[in-house]
Amino acid sequence: MTETDETRAKRQDFENSLDESDRSVASFERSHGGFMDRAQHFLHGNPTMVPVIVLVLSLIVFGFIANNFFSAFNLSLIMQQVSIIGMLAAAQSLVIITAGIDLSVAAIMVLSSVVAGKLAVSMGVPSVIALPVSFLLGAACGWLNGVLVTLVKLPPFITTLGTWNVFYALILWLSGAQSIRGADIDASAPFLKFFGISIPIGGAQITLGSLLMILIFIVLWVMLNKTAWGRHVYAVGDDKEAAELAGIKTDKVLRSVYILAGLICAIAGWASIGRVGSISPQSFYEGNLQSITAVVIGGISLFGGRGSILGALFGALIVGVFQSGLRLAGVDVLWQVFATGWLIILAVAIDQWIRKVSA
Amino acid sequence: MRSQLKIALCASVAVLSAGGVAQAQDMVGACLITKTDTNPFFAKMKEGATEAAAENNIELSTYAGKIDGDVETQVAAIETCIASGASGILITPSDSRALAPAIEQARNNDLLVIALDTPFEPADTADATFATDNFRAGELIGQWAAATMGDEAENAKIAFLDLNPSQVSVDYLRNQGFMQGFGIEVNDETRIGDEDDPRIVGHDVTDGNEDGGRQAMENLLQQDPGINLVYTINEPAAAGAYEALNAVGLTDQATIVSIDGGCPGVQNVQDGVIGATSMQFPLDMASQGIEAIRAYADDGSLPENTEGLDFFDTGVTLVTDSPVQGIDSITSEEALEQCWG
Repeated sequence: MTETDETRAKRQDFENSLDESDRSVASFERSHGGFMDRAQHFLHGNPTMVPVIVLVLSLIVFGFIANNFFSAFNLSLIMQQVSIIGMLAAAQSLVIITAGIDLSVAAIMVLSSVVAGKLAVSMGVPSVIALPVSFLLGAACGWLNGVLVTLVKLPPFITTLGTWNVFYALILWLSGAQSIRGADIDASAPFLKFFGISIPIGGAQITLGSLLMILIFIVLWVMLNKTAWGRHVYAVGDDKEAAELAGIKTDKVLRSVYILAGLICAIAGWASIGRVGSISPQSFYEGNLQSITAVVIGGISLFGGRGSILGALFGALIVGVFQSGLRLAGVDVLWQVFATGWLIILAVAIDQWIRKVSA
Repeated sequence: MRSQLKIALCASVAVLSAGGVAQAQDMVGACLITKTDTNPFFAKMKEGATEAAAENNIELSTYAGKIDGDVETQVAAIETCIASGASGILITPSDSRALAPAIEQARNNDLLVIALDTPFEPADTADATFATDNFRAGELIGQWAAATMGDEAENAKIAFLDLNPSQVSVDYLRNQGFMQGFGIEVNDETRIGDEDDPRIVGHDVTDGNEDGGRQAMENLLQQDPGINLVYTINEPAAAGAYEALNAVGLTDQATIVSIDGGCPGVQNVQDGVIGATSMQFPLDMASQGIEAIRAYADDGSLPENTEGLDFFDTGVTLVTDSPVQGIDSITSEEALEQCWG
């Protein structure tokens, strides 16, 4: 006390007020510095954390309110139920990261499965030939989308709205709008149902289809994050003109994305035969919208260039968890639809909020 | 000289052909509007309508919605049909209430409107309904299931695999018909899910396809793994339900019943996937509908309902390889000759 009085006395007058002034070095202004602000910055740096947090929270909540929800069997069942839409969401994510959208994913998938079934079951072609043919077909469908987007310069929404209808008509024509029965597949081409095989682990039933979905996501994550191609895909989605100026052959990248998406859909088509048990031209009619739902809930920006592909996996799982949880809690189906709708809106609202950080 | 000959020839051909038309009935237009063209049921309907149209000198235009529940496309088709000056419309309404204004417009323009397969609400929205008695179709498989289970019917655990959340008439008629046939007390006959019989495990929706059927069955098995009877809205949903049961090794525990009579469904009866199914006859609905439009165009006569019903019943037959006493049925072998698709 007395010491400070002495030092103060030695100072000049204006120096006496220095203690009360701001001594920090020049820095950016932190507007609030509260919890929300820090959360916003954290999520901006780690966009995949949003779906992860939602997934964990919903698992906990449904674990409390729904009977049987937390059994190993039910959790593995959710994996099975989301596996096909999950694969479509993987393909969809690729296209959405390039700031596009693909409404034809489910149609490509069903078309490929119908072709594989026609060849293998109705015409007796060996599965090892029929399946690669169906993969080629899926890739060709994707290539068509890519060419229309890059060479004819049509917006992806219009392009794939058109090809969705075209592919759908082909499905009906080829299949005669008739399902190929499970018993017929078992008799002549059981390999088509390969991904329906399940491995019991404890009480869980892990199907090869579920594992395939996870494998597809891992492979795509590596491709997007560890290769030059992956950087180019993000660059094209973020700002196509800038990417072009930086020397990226943007049209070529876009075409490769659509072809890869088509191929993944065709592989999903094979997996869907195992999941559904028959080849049904009428299944997955809204698969395209469900895949977009998973991608959006997974925090991948519809404006392109942002978001991790793993988000789509979590997005698909969140939808599956909500549907299973609400179902087991005895909630009517229409409220499941209601909840999914709000999830989409919430996810995009959070995405917009996070984007404001950089603005 | 040569050109004169040509003109003379053309003129005589024209006179001859004009005379030909005058002798036959007047060509009139008719429209067939189906819910979708994905379902072979509607393909069979189209087949019946096309054949009957050719026999009755009717020019047929066909339209279809994209998916079941696609009201907009059907409204546009009705409007196109009115504009074309057709004499009548055969329609399977995607929504039994929402289409009423468009139908009223058609009838104000003197078109005969016949609902095929799915009745309107109220049924007199259209001039007539040619349909399967969907309630009866449900009742038949309900009675069969009760008779097959015998005393065990007391302890039944029943899963209901319905169509979609909209509660359309075909959905609740089949559902409630099954309940009545099985001996479950129904409350509101136009409402699915308001019953409190303890034998009901639950209801879920399938969109009438294999994928939906499998998912719905998995969900209900999660609620009660002891399910031993499965009602399904149609045979694709039944095939999906079977896959779900098969995946957990419960196919021997549960009997699946269904409705439709599609060829893959009948084959599934033969293979033991489906215990019994109620077969309907789309070909007859459409061909009889076309004949009714012909009669209306000729002398304005309107079709009449089957006695005791508010529609014209085109028939339903139970298909099973395990017949029970007191319920008429045909075998899957016989059914394969009449199935559609």
